[in-house]
Amino acid sequence: MSTRERILADVLKNQPSASPLPDMSAFTGKNQNVVQTYSEVFTGIGGKAFRVKGFAEIKHLIAENFDTSQRIITSLPELSDVFERLSMDIDPHTFDDVEVAVIEAELAVAENGAVWLPEQRMGQRIVPYICQHLVVVIPAERIVPTLHEAYAKIGAGDYGFAAFIGGPSKTADIEQALVLGAHGPISMTVFVLEQDTILNTD
Amino acid sequence: MEKAEKDHAALAEEFIKDEERVDWHDGALWWIRQKRDMAAKNIPEWEALREAASQIKNNVLSNLHDYLLEFEANVTKNGIKVHWAADAEEHNAIVYSILKEKGIEQMVKSKSMLTEECHLNEYLIERGIDVINSDLGEYIQQLDNEPPSHIVLPCIHKRKEEIGEIFHEHLGTEKGVSDPTTLTRFARRHLRNVFVTRRAALTGVNFAVAETGEYVVCTNEGNADMGAHLSEVQISSMGIEKIIPQKKHLGIFLRLLARSATGQPITIYSSHFKKPRKGQEMHLILVDMGRSRQLGRPDFRDSLKCIRCGSCMNTCPVYRKSGGLSYHNTVAGPIGAILAPNLDMRKHADLPFASTLCGSCSNVCPVKINIHEQLYKWRQVIVQEGYAANTKVLGIKAMAWTLSSPTSYSTIGKAGRWVLNNIPFAVNNKFNPWYKQRDMPDSPKESFGEWYAKHGKDEVK
Repeated sequence: MSTRERILADVLKNQPSASPLPDMSAFTGKNQNVVQTYSEVFTGIGGKAFRVKGFAEIKHLIAENFDTSQRIITSLPELSDVFERLSMDIDPHTFDDVEVAVIEAELAVAENGAVWLPEQRMGQRIVPYICQHLVVVIPAERIVPTLHEAYAKIGAGDYGFAAFIGGPSKTADIEQALVLGAHGPISMTVFVLEQDTILNTD
Repeated sequence: MEKAEKDHAALAEEFIKDEERVDWHDGALWWIRQKRDMAAKNIPEWEALREAASQIKNNVLSNLHDYLLEFEANVTKNGIKVHWAADAEEHNAIVYSILKEKGIEQMVKSKSMLTEECHLNEYLIERGIDVINSDLGEYIQQLDNEPPSHIVLPCIHKRKEEIGEIFHEHLGTEKGVSDPTTLTRFARRHLRNVFVTRRAALTGVNFAVAETGEYVVCTNEGNADMGAHLSEVQISSMGIEKIIPQKKHLGIFLRLLARSATGQPITIYSSHFKKPRKGQEMHLILVDMGRSRQLGRPDFRDSLKCIRCGSCMNTCPVYRKSGGLSYHNTVAGPIGAILAPNLDMRKHADLPFASTLCGSCSNVCPVKINIHEQLYKWRQVIVQEGYAANTKVLGIKAMAWTLSSPTSYSTIGKAGRWVLNNIPFAVNNKFNPWYKQRDMPDSPKESFGEWYAKHGKDEVK
């Protein structure tokens, strides 16, 4: 008998009689004002949120808030005239010197401040982790109240990797003192895009 | 089965020698408990979420066999290689063989209590493989050659000055530097170099979705991702109880986990791993390590519902005042004390007694495990199986004899009062375990029985 067969046999022998799954239909977000809530929660967890009208404003704010003499990469065609368009094919280690990465999220969750990033939106999996500062663009209409709505929209999802990211990397391992920038980004900025035009990265 | 060198009480005695440290430790953990309360109160349906999480986990345990098969099939379809391990030895051998086949001699590892349980690091180091723990708290514990004292906050028992000294000794920081930001920045630079040079990365698993074959890893530091996405070989180890049926159930568990653990609305990173990236190889190891045995113990199987948030430790008056290392087990605190006797009853016979049975652990548990009731039940099993400490057995026997007849009860009561009133030094000494850290109580002149014999009949009309 292989280990696999033995474990499965022991589990089958020892598991209790059937217990049903709960009804989850009552779990829905009641929050209507998701943009406002999102911005407040995200600020509360150490992020910076800006409500913007278009990419011109985003470019301006990036220039104002970051050192543009350093390497800035983006997966957004709207920004590739000013920043380096990130390559899907190069060795991920070559992103080690990236100062700022600008990517677009598929969803954001008002209740916890997190954005949902399937790997197609990241460009490469390492990008939102290895950069010193992470910048994420989220169209306002893609903010949902809670994780329940988020998972309903995500469905099975066509990705090999995806993540919720809610704020700059942090640790409080030394005497519970909060330090932003453990291993991942030292800061995270979200631009909530309130406009009618549909992004062509969909 | 080996016997621990020192039991919980003896190890706690070491910890409480430094009163200032104990007060700090107690206060720091209680503050985290308070942050958990504030986060929970912000969610009106919090109790409904706990109930749903508990029911989902009950369902998982009742159908684990089929969910494991479903998960295995989907993981395999996604291009990840599945391995099964019955115990630590088998798990460690699998990790070693994967690395050896690739000729890899250095690995970076993010937080995984399971691999701590398996003593994976020691196993690999003996075979010439260098392993670095990348979670900052675990990294500090590794430098100091100590296991983690808390599953979420591995070095919560250490003061910053001690950590500064460890950094000075092992990493060459300036002596006397203890500022948390300065130390964290230094570790960041040092570990960045580790991440970019390691070809293999190992992670733990928080939730494994049977329906899709993906698994979720939660961190705040981003260390699991830094290792995984730069690696050419990614290994993930999980206990078989980490399965959840459907992806939508993540909505329940991710709402509960970080709020229960630290009071955050969600961990910074909730990474969903499904397929290897181009050019990468991924392995998943399903580990039993006593889980299937625990599943067969009706009184204790609920302990397998645990999602490792650590809230039962933060709230426990015994944990807060005795420190995680005094539990001499990878998982400390109340949950550790009900998991450990399943692994080795003799070695961990002391742990279910390291509790006041106040029930606070059960009240904060996000999956509603009846922790304090299980602690009480383990005590009974341990005494019946003959693993209880001699002093406890003698005490219980003496108490049973005393309570066995009104005559013995009244005689012993009289003798006790006489001793306390006339020769208190006979019990106020180090041979009496009760006297440690406490004074014996003042004794009344007479018992209630004696008082009632004198007054009762006159005063009751």
